[in-house]
Amino acid sequence: MANAARTETEAQRVKREAQGPAAGKPGAAENESSTAPPQLFETLSGIPVKALYTSEDVKPGLAERLGEPGKFPFTRGLHTEMYRARLWTMRQFAGFGSAEHTNQRFHYLLAQGMTGLSTAFDMPTLMGYDPDHAMSLGEVGREGVAISSLEDMEILFRGIPLDQVTTSMTINAPAVVLLAMYVAVAEKQGIPPEKLGGTVQADMLKEFIAQKEWICPPRPSVKICVDMIEWCAQHMPKWNSISISGYHIREAGATAVQELAFTIADGIGYVEECRKRGMDVDEFAPRLSFFWDVHNDFFEEIAKFRAGRRIWAKLMRDRFGAKNPKSWMLRTHAQTAGVSLTAQQPLNNVARVAIQALAAVLGGTQSLHTNSMDETLALPTEEAATVALRTQQIIAYETGVTNVVDPFAGSYFLEALTDRMEEEATAYIRRIDEMGGIIQAVERGYPQKEIADSAYRFQMQVEQGQRTIVGVNRFGGDEEISIPVLKIDPDIERRQIERVRAVRARRDAARWEKTIAALRDACMSDRNLVPYVLDAVRAYATLGEISDVFREAYGVYREPAVF
Amino acid sequence: MARKIRVLVAKAGLDGHDRGAKVVASAMRDAGFEVIYTGLHQTPEMIVQAAVQEDVDAVALSILSGAHMTLFPRVLTLMREKGITDVLLTGGGIIPKEDMAALRAMGVGDLFGPGTPTTAIVDYIRSATRAGAEAAR
Repeated sequence: MANAARTETEAQRVKREAQGPAAGKPGAAENESSTAPPQLFETLSGIPVKALYTSEDVKPGLAERLGEPGKFPFTRGLHTEMYRARLWTMRQFAGFGSAEHTNQRFHYLLAQGMTGLSTAFDMPTLMGYDPDHAMSLGEVGREGVAISSLEDMEILFRGIPLDQVTTSMTINAPAVVLLAMYVAVAEKQGIPPEKLGGTVQADMLKEFIAQKEWICPPRPSVKICVDMIEWCAQHMPKWNSISISGYHIREAGATAVQELAFTIADGIGYVEECRKRGMDVDEFAPRLSFFWDVHNDFFEEIAKFRAGRRIWAKLMRDRFGAKNPKSWMLRTHAQTAGVSLTAQQPLNNVARVAIQALAAVLGGTQSLHTNSMDETLALPTEEAATVALRTQQIIAYETGVTNVVDPFAGSYFLEALTDRMEEEATAYIRRIDEMGGIIQAVERGYPQKEIADSAYRFQMQVEQGQRTIVGVNRFGGDEEISIPVLKIDPDIERRQIERVRAVRARRDAARWEKTIAALRDACMSDRNLVPYVLDAVRAYATLGEISDVFREAYGVYREPAVF
Repeated sequence: MARKIRVLVAKAGLDGHDRGAKVVASAMRDAGFEVIYTGLHQTPEMIVQAAVQEDVDAVALSILSGAHMTLFPRVLTLMREKGITDVLLTGGGIIPKEDMAALRAMGVGDLFGPGTPTTAIVDYIRSATRAGAEAAR
């Protein structure tokens, strides 16, 4: 931090380049803020904010940059009538303990009016380990539901007709296994894959950048993601084969501009890999989906959603030559910022979540998860999760904000901010292109370092009182407010181990052997792995066993330990 | 001239949330500590081995996955087995107050939750380690 005031950081450099030669001297902002009162007149991304905006602040050509709702470049939203015609999907992330527990939570949330399912998996599942692996010690069922074989998946969706809900699965490194299990459960319900709607996150680039859940190194990991995009394009026309995620990038410490830039750079990476395989862009691009974080800086967040749609539409049409308007649309899920919530005075989080959710709606999101107030303490209790869902329902049904499409359009400030975010994000994307693309940039640790620097800068701003966090560095109370916390039964680990061992003992060993051997063989070729994984899960191969095949074929990734 | 305080910042288990660990490691470095960061996905055995090899004054464990009641006691037991009883075991993450108290009763040092200023962590490590006590003399 000490040298940050003297030398220009990469983030400042990108910012300066985005502004062209007329921009001010690097480092000037730091000098000002050290003598200014403890209030930064800038967005969370460090974009300076003036007291007043006028028509002078909006560059010519606004009408063209905005377009109409439902039309290129989609700045004003993807649909002509937006929420008047259809509200966003209220999709609350849930998962803890065993498949039975989460199945009960799903039934409860559906009964409360939730319209889409969203599955959180535990750490061993996310990392491709069975519960009896040494690395799983103490982690089974803690952060989400433990899914080790098709049997768990059958229990997870028991009593839920999969052609009548849409399901989002937050899984990445072993995503192909969970996708296959979902298809296999649907088969058992008599539902073919083309009728299934939902999303599998399957965005490995952001794992290496931010969330850090992986099995194999970047290139084979991306290869498997592209296998899923390709297979879903052919077999699952209603399924989002990837959710290109800024959420984790932001939560790891990125600014809104960095979130926008690195996420879209990831999107470019996947499109390029698909094209290398000879796929036509309009074959798969309509099923690419996105996932934004929504943080506290209200106007910056709205601007981010709008700028993101515009950048993507231009890229898809002009750089990649997509002809289908659906390929130009950045469809997005959004989640309020877990990282903005405080363990101190946890009830305040209800207010933060409401404001963030409102920004996502005004930004034109297609689906939304609102965080629970107790997430900095543990997984949400049922009561806290219900308040979070009710917050969305209040926005949808009481505030009236859904009546008008893109109501902030034409605001001098918001339009200037939208343009500025587009410029800054585009400058980052250009820099990544110059490095040879996002895979090379990730291998060099470029976005990782940018994010860590931003996280540290933000923390120092908080500690120096330049940024206020209510209840943490200002307005703290002496008395502790305690709220109930969800407890996970430690016995779940033992029961999950017993169950997976029973599955291994009971299954048809010859069929298992044959499907695993076929998968191993396919990993040594360029073939699409999805059909092989599907056969293996039908034969009750476990998630850990399938992941082991990947480990043998492609190796295990180890991140260089730098900070 | 007192020697520098040496701290091992470690990520145990499968948890990939490393924002806090990296911010705290940077703050310790800027406070003049020698910081060794293990990187992600370490087992308790790997962490304790690194603590012995690096001759650290403190091990700071970051856990946000809910596995703290398994991993802290396991690291502590291994530290005792290796005879490094004068090394402070501290850390932070998403850890409920009752669990912090239970871990302290076992012999783990203070643990820090979200919203803690990095200066509080630095000050605590200065006050609770051997090298910190020597420097204060």
